[in-house]
Amino acid sequence: MEYKNVLTTCIYCGCGCGLYLEVLDGEIVGVIPAKEHPVNQGRLCIKGWNAADFVYHPDRLKTPLIRKNGELVEATWDEALSLVAERLGAIKAESGPNSLAFLSSAKCTNEENYLMQKFARAVIGTNNVDHCARL
Amino acid sequence: MIEEIRAHVAEKLQELDGVVGLRQTAEGTAPYLFRQGDDLSQLVLHPRYPLSPIVSLLQKRYPEARFGIVARGCDARALVEMAKREQVDPDRLYLLGVACTAEEAEECHCADPAPDPAPWLQAEVIGAPAEGASPNPIVVEYEGMSLEERRAFWRQQFLKCIKCYGCRNICPECFCESCALEDEVWVERGLLAPPFPMFHLIRAMHMSGRCVACRQCELTCPAHIPLTVLYDLIRRDVGNLLGYVPGADIEAAPPLSLTLDEAPLLVETIPH
Repeated sequence: MEYKNVLTTCIYCGCGCGLYLEVLDGEIVGVIPAKEHPVNQGRLCIKGWNAADFVYHPDRLKTPLIRKNGELVEATWDEALSLVAERLGAIKAESGPNSLAFLSSAKCTNEENYLMQKFARAVIGTNNVDHCARL
Repeated sequence: MIEEIRAHVAEKLQELDGVVGLRQTAEGTAPYLFRQGDDLSQLVLHPRYPLSPIVSLLQKRYPEARFGIVARGCDARALVEMAKREQVDPDRLYLLGVACTAEEAEECHCADPAPDPAPWLQAEVIGAPAEGASPNPIVVEYEGMSLEERRAFWRQQFLKCIKCYGCRNICPECFCESCALEDEVWVERGLLAPPFPMFHLIRAMHMSGRCVACRQCELTCPAHIPLTVLYDLIRRDVGNLLGYVPGADIEAAPPLSLTLDEAPLLVETIPH
Protein backbone atom coordinates (compact mmCIF):
# COMPACT_ATOMS: atom_id res chain seq x y z
CA MET A 1 0.00 0.00 0.00
CA GLU A 2 1.66 3.19 -1.19
CA TYR A 3 0.27 6.55 -2.29
CA LYS A 4 2.69 9.29 -3.22
CA ASN A 5 3.14 12.17 -5.65
CA VAL A 6 6.10 12.40 -8.01
CA LEU A 7 7.14 15.84 -9.24
CA THR A 8 7.75 16.15 -12.97
CA THR A 9 7.57 18.73 -15.76
CA CYS A 10 4.73 18.84 -18.24
CA ILE A 11 5.89 17.42 -21.58
CA TYR A 12 3.44 19.28 -23.80
CA CYS A 13 5.10 22.64 -24.46
CA GLY A 14 8.06 24.81 -23.69
CA CYS A 15 6.51 26.57 -20.65
CA GLY A 16 7.66 23.82 -18.33
CA CYS A 17 4.82 23.72 -15.82
CA GLY A 18 5.41 21.64 -12.70
CA LEU A 19 2.98 18.86 -11.98
CA TYR A 20 2.72 15.89 -9.66
CA LEU A 21 1.88 12.44 -10.91
CA GLU A 22 -0.31 10.73 -8.33
CA VAL A 23 1.03 7.22 -7.90
CA LEU A 24 -0.98 4.52 -6.15
CA ASP A 25 0.84 1.21 -5.72
CA GLY A 26 3.18 1.97 -8.60
CA GLU A 27 0.46 3.04 -11.03
CA ILE A 28 -0.21 6.62 -12.17
CA VAL A 29 -3.78 7.51 -11.18
CA GLY A 30 -3.88 11.27 -11.66
CA VAL A 31 -2.25 14.66 -12.11
CA ILE A 32 -2.07 17.47 -9.55
CA PRO A 33 -0.67 20.91 -10.44
CA ALA A 34 2.33 21.81 -8.29
CA LYS A 35 1.40 24.79 -6.14
CA GLU A 36 4.96 25.74 -5.25
CA HIS A 37 6.28 25.58 -8.81
CA PRO A 38 7.55 29.01 -9.93
CA VAL A 39 6.21 28.66 -13.49
CA ASN A 40 2.58 27.62 -13.01
CA GLN A 41 1.95 28.20 -9.29
CA GLY A 42 -0.69 25.50 -8.96
CA ARG A 43 -2.31 26.02 -12.34
CA LEU A 44 -2.34 23.95 -15.54
CA CYS A 45 -3.89 24.13 -18.98
CA ILE A 46 -5.95 21.28 -20.39
CA LYS A 47 -2.88 19.60 -21.82
CA GLY A 48 -1.13 19.60 -18.45
CA TRP A 49 -4.17 18.18 -16.69
CA ASN A 50 -4.09 15.30 -19.20
CA ALA A 51 -0.33 14.98 -19.41
CA ALA A 52 -0.31 11.41 -18.09
CA ASP A 53 -3.09 10.00 -20.27
CA PHE A 54 -0.74 8.52 -22.84
CA VAL A 55 1.23 6.51 -20.31
CA TYR A 56 -1.01 3.43 -20.31
CA HIS A 57 -2.79 4.16 -23.59
CA PRO A 58 -3.16 0.99 -25.69
CA ASP A 59 -2.06 2.87 -28.83
CA ARG A 60 1.16 4.07 -27.25
CA LEU A 61 4.21 3.16 -29.34
CA LYS A 62 6.64 1.08 -27.36
CA THR A 63 9.08 0.21 -30.14
CA PRO A 64 10.16 2.04 -33.32
CA LEU A 65 8.13 1.20 -36.44
CA ILE A 66 9.65 0.74 -39.91
CA ARG A 67 7.52 0.83 -43.03
CA LYS A 68 8.08 -2.38 -44.96
CA ASN A 69 6.10 -3.03 -48.14
CA GLY A 70 3.67 -0.25 -47.17
CA GLU A 71 3.05 -1.58 -43.64
CA LEU A 72 4.45 -0.27 -40.38
CA VAL A 73 6.28 -3.09 -38.65
CA GLU A 74 7.73 -3.11 -35.12
CA ALA A 75 11.52 -2.91 -35.08
CA THR A 76 14.39 -2.76 -32.60
CA TRP A 77 16.13 0.54 -31.84
CA ASP A 78 19.34 -0.75 -33.40
CA GLU A 79 17.51 -1.60 -36.60
CA ALA A 80 15.67 1.74 -36.70
CA LEU A 81 18.73 3.88 -35.95
CA SER A 82 20.83 2.01 -38.52
CA LEU A 83 18.16 2.57 -41.16
CA VAL A 84 17.87 6.31 -40.35
CA ALA A 85 21.68 6.75 -40.39
CA GLU A 86 21.98 4.88 -43.67
CA ARG A 87 19.18 6.85 -45.38
CA LEU A 88 20.38 10.25 -44.07
CA GLY A 89 23.89 9.43 -45.31
CA ALA A 90 22.60 8.32 -48.71
CA ILE A 91 20.35 11.38 -49.21
CA LYS A 92 23.17 13.71 -48.19
CA ALA A 93 25.56 11.99 -50.65
CA GLU A 94 23.03 12.07 -53.48
CA SER A 95 21.44 15.52 -53.04
CA GLY A 96 23.63 17.49 -50.63
CA PRO A 97 23.12 18.44 -46.94
CA ASN A 98 20.51 21.12 -47.71
CA SER A 99 18.16 18.47 -49.02
CA LEU A 100 17.62 17.52 -45.36
CA ALA A 101 15.80 19.41 -42.58
CA PHE A 102 15.61 18.85 -38.84
CA LEU A 103 12.49 19.56 -36.84
CA SER A 104 12.87 19.55 -33.10
CA SER A 105 10.31 19.93 -30.36
CA ALA A 106 9.21 22.11 -27.47
CA LYS A 107 8.57 18.84 -25.64
CA CYS A 108 12.30 18.12 -25.56
CA THR A 109 14.72 19.53 -23.05
CA ASN A 110 17.08 22.39 -23.94
CA GLU A 111 19.91 19.87 -24.01
CA GLU A 112 18.10 17.60 -26.46
CA ASN A 113 17.28 20.55 -28.72
CA TYR A 114 20.91 21.68 -28.55
CA LEU A 115 22.04 18.22 -29.62
CA MET A 116 19.54 18.20 -32.48
CA GLN A 117 20.77 21.45 -34.01
CA LYS A 118 24.38 20.47 -33.38
CA PHE A 119 23.80 17.24 -35.24
CA ALA A 120 22.12 19.12 -38.11
CA ARG A 121 24.84 21.75 -38.44
CA ALA A 122 28.03 19.92 -37.48
CA VAL A 123 27.36 16.35 -38.64
CA ILE A 124 25.00 16.79 -41.59
CA GLY A 125 26.04 20.34 -42.54
CA THR A 126 22.73 22.17 -42.93
CA ASN A 127 21.10 25.15 -41.23
CA ASN A 128 17.63 23.73 -41.96
CA VAL A 129 16.58 23.59 -38.29
CA ASP A 130 13.06 24.32 -37.12
CA HIS A 131 10.62 23.24 -34.46
CA CYS A 132 7.39 21.33 -34.13
CA ALA A 133 5.16 24.41 -33.99
CA ARG A 134 5.91 25.06 -37.68
CA LEU A 135 5.77 21.46 -38.80
CA MET B 1 1.03 23.14 16.61
CA ILE B 2 2.74 21.07 13.92
CA GLU B 3 4.62 19.04 16.55
CA GLU B 4 1.35 18.24 18.27
CA ILE B 5 -0.14 17.09 14.95
CA ARG B 6 2.89 14.91 14.17
CA ALA B 7 2.66 13.30 17.61
CA HIS B 8 -1.04 12.55 17.09
CA VAL B 9 -0.36 11.04 13.67
CA ALA B 10 2.49 8.90 15.04
CA GLU B 11 0.18 7.55 17.72
CA LYS B 12 -2.70 6.91 15.33
CA LEU B 13 -0.46 5.14 12.83
CA GLN B 14 -0.14 2.30 15.34
CA GLU B 15 -3.78 1.40 14.71
CA LEU B 16 -4.57 2.88 11.27
CA ASP B 17 -3.39 1.67 7.87
CA GLY B 18 -2.21 5.15 6.97
CA VAL B 19 -2.84 8.87 7.34
CA VAL B 20 -3.32 11.23 4.38
CA GLY B 21 -1.51 14.53 4.78
CA LEU B 22 0.99 16.82 3.12
CA ARG B 23 4.61 15.72 2.84
CA GLN B 24 7.45 18.13 2.29
CA THR B 25 10.55 16.80 0.58
CA ALA B 26 13.43 18.41 -1.31
CA GLU B 27 11.29 18.47 -4.46
CA GLY B 28 8.32 20.22 -2.86
CA THR B 29 5.14 19.60 -0.89
CA ALA B 30 2.39 17.26 -2.04
CA PRO B 31 -0.28 14.93 -0.67
CA TYR B 32 1.02 11.63 0.71
CA LEU B 33 -0.14 8.56 2.57
CA PHE B 34 1.94 8.40 5.75
CA ARG B 35 2.45 4.88 7.02
CA GLN B 36 4.01 3.48 10.17
CA GLY B 37 7.77 4.05 10.11
CA ASP B 38 7.62 7.08 7.78
CA ASP B 39 9.53 10.23 8.70
CA LEU B 40 6.84 12.40 10.28
CA SER B 41 9.10 15.45 10.38
CA GLN B 42 8.08 15.71 6.71
CA LEU B 43 4.42 16.20 7.62
CA VAL B 44 3.45 19.84 7.01
CA LEU B 45 0.28 21.94 6.58
CA HIS B 46 1.12 24.19 3.62
CA PRO B 47 0.24 24.74 0.85
CA ARG B 48 -3.37 23.52 0.94
CA TYR B 49 -4.14 20.70 -1.50
CA PRO B 50 -7.54 18.97 -1.60
CA LEU B 51 -7.02 15.80 0.46
CA SER B 52 -10.51 14.32 0.64
CA PRO B 53 -10.39 12.84 -2.91
CA ILE B 54 -7.29 10.89 -1.88
CA VAL B 55 -9.16 9.34 1.05
CA SER B 56 -11.89 8.35 -1.38
CA LEU B 57 -9.37 6.84 -3.81
CA LEU B 58 -7.66 4.84 -1.05
CA GLN B 59 -10.87 3.62 0.56
CA LYS B 60 -12.14 2.37 -2.80
CA ARG B 61 -8.87 0.60 -3.54
CA TYR B 62 -8.68 -0.89 -0.03
CA PRO B 63 -12.26 -1.60 1.10
CA GLU B 64 -11.20 -3.05 4.45
CA ALA B 65 -8.55 -0.50 5.39
CA ARG B 66 -8.91 2.29 7.93
CA PHE B 67 -7.31 5.61 7.07
CA GLY B 68 -6.85 8.92 8.80
CA ILE B 69 -6.65 12.40 7.35
CA VAL B 70 -5.07 15.63 8.55
CA ALA B 71 -7.97 17.84 7.54
CA ARG B 72 -8.67 21.53 7.52
CA GLY B 73 -12.23 22.80 7.80
CA CYS B 74 -12.77 22.68 4.04
CA ASP B 75 -11.40 19.12 3.77
CA ALA B 76 -13.76 18.02 6.55
CA ARG B 77 -16.78 19.69 4.90
CA ALA B 78 -15.83 18.09 1.58
CA LEU B 79 -15.71 14.68 3.28
CA VAL B 80 -19.22 15.22 4.68
CA GLU B 81 -20.66 15.84 1.21
CA MET B 82 -18.63 12.96 -0.27
CA ALA B 83 -19.90 10.61 2.45
CA LYS B 84 -23.49 11.48 1.55
CA ARG B 85 -22.79 10.47 -2.03
CA GLU B 86 -21.00 7.25 -1.08
CA GLN B 87 -17.57 8.49 -2.07
CA VAL B 88 -16.09 7.96 1.39
CA ASP B 89 -17.04 5.64 4.23
CA PRO B 90 -17.14 7.69 7.45
CA ASP B 91 -16.96 4.54 9.59
CA ARG B 92 -13.48 3.77 8.30
CA LEU B 93 -12.09 7.27 8.72
CA TYR B 94 -10.24 9.02 11.51
CA LEU B 95 -10.28 12.79 11.17
CA LEU B 96 -7.50 14.83 12.70
CA GLY B 97 -8.84 18.33 12.24
CA VAL B 98 -6.61 21.39 12.13
CA ALA B 99 -8.15 24.78 12.76
CA CYS B 100 -6.90 27.45 10.38
CA THR B 101 -5.27 30.51 11.89
CA ALA B 102 -7.00 33.88 11.68
CA GLU B 103 -4.60 34.89 8.88
CA GLU B 104 -5.34 31.74 6.88
CA ALA B 105 -9.08 32.22 7.36
CA GLU B 106 -8.80 35.81 6.19
CA GLU B 107 -6.85 34.77 3.09
CA CYS B 108 -9.74 32.50 2.05
CA HIS B 109 -12.51 34.79 3.41
CA CYS B 110 -13.56 31.59 5.15
CA ALA B 111 -16.68 31.77 7.29
CA ASP B 112 -16.03 28.40 8.88
CA PRO B 113 -12.29 27.89 9.35
CA ALA B 114 -12.28 24.98 11.83
CA PRO B 115 -13.30 21.36 11.22
CA ASP B 116 -16.37 20.12 13.06
CA PRO B 117 -15.62 16.80 14.81
CA ALA B 118 -19.36 16.02 15.27
CA PRO B 119 -20.04 14.04 12.06
CA TRP B 120 -17.22 11.59 12.66
CA LEU B 121 -17.01 8.51 14.84
CA GLN B 122 -13.37 9.27 15.53
CA ALA B 123 -12.18 12.84 15.35
CA GLU B 124 -10.08 15.38 17.16
CA VAL B 125 -9.46 19.01 16.39
CA ILE B 126 -6.17 20.75 17.10
CA GLY B 127 -5.86 24.53 17.36
CA ALA B 128 -8.29 27.17 18.52
CA PRO B 129 -11.03 27.97 16.00
CA ALA B 130 -10.53 31.44 14.52
CA GLU B 131 -13.45 33.78 14.11
CA GLY B 132 -15.02 33.71 10.66
CA ALA B 133 -13.19 36.08 8.33
CA SER B 134 -14.41 39.16 6.53
CA PRO B 135 -16.57 38.56 3.42
CA ASN B 136 -15.00 38.42 -0.02
CA PRO B 137 -14.77 42.09 -1.16
CA ILE B 138 -15.64 41.13 -4.76
CA VAL B 139 -18.89 39.56 -3.51
CA VAL B 140 -19.71 42.74 -1.62
CA GLU B 141 -18.98 44.83 -4.70
CA TYR B 142 -21.00 42.44 -6.90
CA GLU B 143 -24.04 42.67 -4.69
CA GLY B 144 -24.10 46.42 -5.29
CA MET B 145 -24.32 45.96 -9.07
CA SER B 146 -27.40 46.17 -11.29
CA LEU B 147 -28.46 43.11 -13.30
CA GLU B 148 -26.84 44.56 -16.44
CA GLU B 149 -23.62 45.23 -14.59
CA ARG B 150 -23.63 41.71 -13.20
CA ARG B 151 -24.08 40.22 -16.66
CA ALA B 152 -21.25 42.39 -18.00
CA PHE B 153 -19.07 41.35 -15.05
CA TRP B 154 -19.51 37.64 -15.75
CA ARG B 155 -19.22 38.08 -19.51
CA GLN B 156 -15.85 39.73 -19.01
CA GLN B 157 -14.70 37.09 -16.53
CA PHE B 158 -15.88 34.04 -18.49
CA LEU B 159 -14.36 35.39 -21.72
CA LYS B 160 -10.99 34.70 -20.09
CA CYS B 161 -11.78 30.99 -19.65
CA ILE B 162 -9.36 28.69 -21.50
CA LYS B 163 -11.54 25.64 -20.78
CA CYS B 164 -8.81 23.75 -18.98
CA TYR B 165 -11.41 22.01 -16.78
CA GLY B 166 -9.10 22.71 -13.84
CA CYS B 167 -11.98 23.99 -11.69
CA ARG B 168 -13.72 20.66 -12.18
CA ASN B 169 -10.60 18.52 -11.92
CA ILE B 170 -9.41 19.94 -8.61
CA CYS B 171 -12.87 20.08 -7.02
CA PRO B 172 -13.32 17.51 -4.23
CA GLU B 173 -17.03 17.36 -5.00
CA CYS B 174 -16.62 16.65 -8.74
CA PHE B 175 -16.46 12.88 -9.00
CA CYS B 176 -19.11 11.99 -11.60
CA GLU B 177 -17.90 9.36 -14.05
CA SER B 178 -19.44 11.24 -16.97
CA CYS B 179 -19.45 15.04 -16.93
CA ALA B 180 -22.01 17.30 -18.60
CA LEU B 181 -19.16 19.67 -19.46
CA GLU B 182 -17.71 16.99 -21.75
CA ASP B 183 -21.06 16.21 -23.37
CA GLU B 184 -21.37 17.77 -26.83
CA VAL B 185 -25.10 18.20 -26.27
CA TRP B 186 -24.22 20.92 -23.76
CA VAL B 187 -20.72 22.08 -24.65
CA GLU B 188 -19.55 22.30 -28.23
CA ARG B 189 -16.00 21.09 -28.73
CA GLY B 190 -13.21 23.32 -29.94
CA LEU B 191 -14.78 26.64 -28.94
CA LEU B 192 -12.93 29.23 -26.89
CA ALA B 193 -14.15 30.99 -24.83
CA PRO B 194 -16.84 28.44 -23.97
CA PRO B 195 -20.46 29.47 -24.59
CA PHE B 196 -21.50 32.31 -22.27
CA PRO B 197 -22.87 31.82 -19.70
CA MET B 198 -23.84 28.15 -19.94
CA PHE B 199 -20.48 26.45 -19.46
CA HIS B 200 -19.91 27.99 -16.06
CA LEU B 201 -23.55 27.97 -15.06
CA ILE B 202 -23.87 24.24 -15.77
CA ARG B 203 -21.06 23.64 -13.35
CA ALA B 204 -22.46 26.13 -10.86
CA MET B 205 -25.84 24.40 -11.00
CA HIS B 206 -24.24 21.02 -10.41
CA MET B 207 -22.27 22.40 -7.47
CA SER B 208 -25.29 23.82 -5.69
CA GLY B 209 -25.71 21.85 -2.50
CA ARG B 210 -22.20 20.49 -2.96
CA CYS B 211 -19.74 23.39 -2.91
CA VAL B 212 -18.02 23.53 0.47
CA ALA B 213 -16.12 26.76 -0.25
CA CYS B 214 -12.61 25.28 -0.30
CA ARG B 215 -11.57 27.82 -2.96
CA GLN B 216 -9.42 25.31 -4.81
CA CYS B 217 -11.17 26.09 -8.14
CA GLU B 218 -10.26 29.75 -7.92
CA LEU B 219 -6.69 29.00 -6.87
CA THR B 220 -6.12 26.66 -9.82
CA CYS B 221 -7.78 28.85 -12.48
CA PRO B 222 -5.09 29.92 -14.99
CA ALA B 223 -7.38 32.73 -16.16
CA HIS B 224 -7.79 34.16 -12.64
CA ILE B 225 -11.60 34.03 -12.78
CA PRO B 226 -12.94 34.85 -9.29
CA LEU B 227 -14.90 31.60 -9.08
CA THR B 228 -15.52 31.83 -5.35
CA VAL B 229 -17.78 34.81 -6.06
CA LEU B 230 -20.02 32.56 -8.15
CA TYR B 231 -19.93 29.77 -5.61
CA ASP B 232 -20.38 32.04 -2.59
CA LEU B 233 -23.57 33.30 -4.21
CA ILE B 234 -24.74 29.76 -5.04
CA ARG B 235 -24.10 28.73 -1.43
CA ARG B 236 -25.98 31.77 -0.20
CA ASP B 237 -28.98 30.98 -2.42
CA VAL B 238 -29.05 27.30 -1.47
CA GLY B 239 -28.98 28.40 2.17
CA ASN B 240 -31.73 30.99 1.75
CA LEU B 241 -33.94 28.94 -0.54
CA LEU B 242 -33.56 25.48 0.90
CA GLY B 243 -31.99 25.96 4.31
CA TYR B 244 -29.06 23.74 3.32
CA VAL B 245 -25.42 24.34 4.20
CA PRO B 246 -23.11 21.94 2.34
CA GLY B 247 -20.65 20.16 4.60
CA ALA B 248 -22.40 21.08 7.84
CA ASP B 249 -24.63 18.15 8.78
CA ILE B 250 -23.84 14.61 7.68
CA GLU B 251 -27.46 13.54 8.30
CA ALA B 252 -29.06 16.28 6.15
CA ALA B 253 -30.02 15.06 2.68
CA PRO B 254 -28.73 17.16 -0.26
CA PRO B 255 -31.67 19.26 -1.50
CA LEU B 256 -31.16 18.48 -5.18
CA SER B 257 -31.64 14.80 -4.35
CA LEU B 258 -35.08 15.58 -2.93
CA THR B 259 -38.42 16.70 -4.36
CA LEU B 260 -39.89 20.10 -3.54
CA ASP B 261 -42.41 18.31 -1.31
CA GLU B 262 -39.57 16.87 0.73
CA ALA B 263 -37.58 20.11 0.76
CA PRO B 264 -39.90 23.05 0.12
CA LEU B 265 -38.57 26.46 -0.89
CA LEU B 266 -38.19 28.80 2.05
CA VAL B 267 -38.92 31.93 0.02
CA GLU B 268 -41.65 32.94 -2.38
CA THR B 269 -39.55 34.61 -5.03
CA ILE B 270 -36.25 33.37 -6.39
CA PRO B 271 -33.56 36.07 -6.10
CA HIS B 272 -31.42 37.11 -9.05
